[in-house]
Amino acid sequence: MSNETPKEVALLIKRCPNPQATAYWEEFKVPYYPKMNVVSALMEIQKNPINARGESATPVAWDCNCLEEVCGACTMLINGRVRQACSTLVDMLSQPIRLAPLSKFSLVRDLVVDRQVMFTNLRKVKAWIEIDGTYDMGPGPNISQKVQEQAYELSKCMTCGSCLEVCPNVNSKSKFIGPAAIAQVELMNSHPIGAQQKEARLQALMGEGGIAECGNAQNCVKACPKNIPLTRSIARLNRATTVQGLKNWLNR
Amino acid sequence: MNRKVIVVGGGLAGLMSTIQLAERGQKVDLFSLVPCKRSHSVCAQGGINAAVNTKGEGDSTWEHFDDTIYGGDFLANQPPVKAMIEAAPKIIYLMDRMGVTFNRTPEGFLDVRRLGGAKYSRTVFAGATTGQQLIYALDEQVRRYEDAGLVQRYEEWEFLSLVLDNEGRCRGITVQSLTSLEIEAFAADAVILATGGPGMIFGRSTNSTINTGFAAASAFMQGATYANGEFIQIHPSAIPGRDKLRLMSESIRGEGGRVWVYKDGKPWYFLEEWYPAYGNMVPRDIATRAIFKVCVDLKLGIGGENKVYLDISHLDPHEIDRKLAGVVDIYEKFVGDDPRKVPMQTFPAVHYSMGGLWVDYDQMTNIPGLFAAGECEYQYHGANRLGGNSLVAAIYAGMVAGPKALEYVKGLAKSHSDLPVGLFDEAKAKEEAKKTAIFALQGKENPYRLHQELGNWMLENVTIVRYNDRLRKTDEKIQELMERYQNIGVGSGAAWGNQVVPFTRRLWGMLTLARVITLGALRRDESRGAHYKPDFPERDDENWLKTTKAEYSANDILFSYEPVDISYIKPRKRRYDVAKEVTMQNEQ
Repeated sequence: MSNETPKEVALLIKRCPNPQATAYWEEFKVPYYPKMNVVSALMEIQKNPINARGESATPVAWDCNCLEEVCGACTMLINGRVRQACSTLVDMLSQPIRLAPLSKFSLVRDLVVDRQVMFTNLRKVKAWIEIDGTYDMGPGPNISQKVQEQAYELSKCMTCGSCLEVCPNVNSKSKFIGPAAIAQVELMNSHPIGAQQKEARLQALMGEGGIAECGNAQNCVKACPKNIPLTRSIARLNRATTVQGLKNWLNR
Repeated sequence: MNRKVIVVGGGLAGLMSTIQLAERGQKVDLFSLVPCKRSHSVCAQGGINAAVNTKGEGDSTWEHFDDTIYGGDFLANQPPVKAMIEAAPKIIYLMDRMGVTFNRTPEGFLDVRRLGGAKYSRTVFAGATTGQQLIYALDEQVRRYEDAGLVQRYEEWEFLSLVLDNEGRCRGITVQSLTSLEIEAFAADAVILATGGPGMIFGRSTNSTINTGFAAASAFMQGATYANGEFIQIHPSAIPGRDKLRLMSESIRGEGGRVWVYKDGKPWYFLEEWYPAYGNMVPRDIATRAIFKVCVDLKLGIGGENKVYLDISHLDPHEIDRKLAGVVDIYEKFVGDDPRKVPMQTFPAVHYSMGGLWVDYDQMTNIPGLFAAGECEYQYHGANRLGGNSLVAAIYAGMVAGPKALEYVKGLAKSHSDLPVGLFDEAKAKEEAKKTAIFALQGKENPYRLHQELGNWMLENVTIVRYNDRLRKTDEKIQELMERYQNIGVGSGAAWGNQVVPFTRRLWGMLTLARVITLGALRRDESRGAHYKPDFPERDDENWLKTTKAEYSANDILFSYEPVDISYIKPRKRRYDVAKEVTMQNEQ
């Protein structure tokens, strides 16, 4: 077994110094360690920025922070699949490991992209609960275990962008807000206080780039690293927005 | 009058400060190294403490207060801790109203579990991702104020330095865009730093990569006092990785997890044997030292390494999924074993800094107009923090800092807009010059490898067990690294998206704070909480019931000490082999 242990890991990384420049691929070889993840491989490049041809290279830029798959920062394309670089172990990948930035967001440098649009979308759908204020109002509402368990699934969304990356309806020609923000509407609407502003969020979902732009490809739910039942949220909100549309028509 | 407050840091403390200010109609500029939702608060797992007493155990805020002071080995000033503990249940209710998905009892009330150093179930939790859920709720509230035009967010901007006026007041900050590397100065009437802990000084820890402590270090170098730096918490359970040491939450023990190693061929539950009153629920410093003793002194660690078993294989798998899912997932993903079936293997790791910027009871540092909240300040945990108290401290500090900053601002005679523009131009020019100097570093040293060397030395010599000769050598080593820093090579000059230059700047801050930690430890000849010296194994209240205060002066670090406010609970010997009540009787 020991003589099968690889000594090196080969990485093929899509490089691009800035959004105006032309991208190119550069290969690196870094030392192998058992159970190492993609982030550790990138850290080896930081410590020794030499490419596979032995030339000195600019260190690869990439985003990371928590390194335990709760912050969402290190999301990238790994061998063509959207994943977090921290929780992707080298042993599970064929080599050379191809690393590329997410393609649905604007590029900053190398593997770094700008995902601010996801936060803007959360704002568009009013993904917050309108409390009166932070002063003491006594205990909050009683909530059943069943409701909490469903809400908890949705509240694990780390805004990583995986679901947008795989969605065919999220592209440069569309304004579709994508599955993540839609699931947050379900989360807010399922809370007893949040439900009081349910209509405002549904109206937002019925606007441009809203839920009607979902093409039901169902890629999102497969790509979500947190197993959030995104398609269930979309289906539920499809019904809710239809009812809301009917109410709007009746109340004209 | 035109008023502006700046908040630096988008974790729990920074977001709560921002909400408090915006709620009072105050405009806020909020700066964060990363999008707020990605701040290190997301890593908190086990839960948040408050004596909500939903299990009929008779818990009270007094018990929580006493456990916190006792758990912190009496080093914390007692009045602010008491105020925080009394606010804790209200904080939980508030977070619940904001929609945090806290676990529930069968009747629908807040569920609570136990964490270390407490005999009561007082930790409210959302699975094993409580910090993530809390920060998302606060981020959403800030987004609401952003929508209302009260908050302007600057995400992926890094704090560089304070702007101080000729009266020594803090009047703004300089910052750098981490995309373009451009530097700007922003004016304000008060600044709140909520910039988290310095775990990266130890190389690998349970901390996120942004936790370099640079902001606190920079404020320190501009005259802010740093307190109790030597008190660094080592968490008893993490799993190793080359990139980070991943936390395995204390809530695993809270839900019934047992710690053991093989002895004479049989499982030996050493915590339960040594500490019959608390068993696996001893505080972190106690558990970590016990593990060290078992592995290093008795050489009984798994496979001769510094590892022990953390076992939940006897628990109901459905309950594990409901209460510990997030953390069990991490173990499965990174180690490959299923903890429901196989005992986990864990070892201690640097986790939290009890020390930080010195603040008064209004969260203001010694620099007028500069406030601090959260892990970057020192106020709430004494010599050792109890599990579940960091989240409550971060949120509570924000609830104090926001209103107190506004009070301070309202008392100012001059607004920031009355100040000469030159003040800000000058601050910006200074930082521009520093940036140019870092770009000009083209030597042979690699900043990431220097960082690794620093981390190795700190881990080896300034963590669980400390000896004066090794602390002295470590300080010499840090100074050597500071000399070698001048020979760093940052590589190509392209500024856009450059990550090496900002990292190199942070490294200087890490080196500086590493000295504060090491020298503080060297001077404190006693053992208290997380600070343990075998040559001085007892707590020495006569000489050391004091807060350490470090000041920066002409590239040197000066130390002074101030008495601890013990106005509510008289210090007593801290021991966990017996119930707390016994230690109280012994005192009388």
